[in-house]
Amino acid sequence: MSDLKPDLTLDNSGLSCPMPIIKTKKAMDGMKVGEILKMVATDPGSVSDIQAWVKKTGQELLEQEKEGEKFVFYIRKVK
Amino acid sequence: MSEESAKRLAIIAAHGTLDMAYPPFILSTAAVAMDMEAAIFFTFFGLEILKKGRIDKLKVSPVANPAMPMKIPNIIAMLPGMTPLATTMMNSWMRKAKVPKLSELLATAQEMGVRLIGCQMTMDVMGIKKEDLIDGIEIGGAATFLEFASQNAVTLSF
Repeated sequence: MSDLKPDLTLDNSGLSCPMPIIKTKKAMDGMKVGEILKMVATDPGSVSDIQAWVKKTGQELLEQEKEGEKFVFYIRKVK
Repeated sequence: MSEESAKRLAIIAAHGTLDMAYPPFILSTAAVAMDMEAAIFFTFFGLEILKKGRIDKLKVSPVANPAMPMKIPNIIAMLPGMTPLATTMMNSWMRKAKVPKLSELLATAQEMGVRLIGCQMTMDVMGIKKEDLIDGIEIGGAATFLEFASQNAVTLSF
């Protein structure tokens, strides 16, 4: 478990590509710069996709971890 | 984002089948989620995707499609009923994997601002009227697509 305190948690469990990325984008759009989003997904493709997404959009992936079948990402909105 | 990174995704959708309709919507919505602009140009049989009430009724043919998991020879695959069977199977795999329906991806694409462009020439050739197509799309020709695609775009065709 991460020590990071998310400002918002988004559960994308059960959703497949491209929905985790789309929902992450929509959630981030509603957040303030500096806030942290905790995104949970079960799609194994989201590990690669979130890394690509932060690279392209310029957001920051602080941590990622695996909890059982779930992938958990902590993303800071930097712009 | 680096300066040389492409800002646009320009897709040509030229096939009106269940399997070929998915990638344009998946990629274009993902592109907008990655802060890119996206447009899909629906031409030839791809225009079928934009007809009112058609998108969730698109079919996939098992004929000349050796990648289909149902391993049946073409001479059987061509029999009546095999295309609906293959379509039902593919739709059930998609549901099981929780992939959104095409109509849901279309609605997401429209909501996110993906430009959907119907090909005027195809409409003329096939006798398709603007009112046969869904609302909220553009009608245009090759130049409409190319003007968009010519500015820092990744271009794909399905």
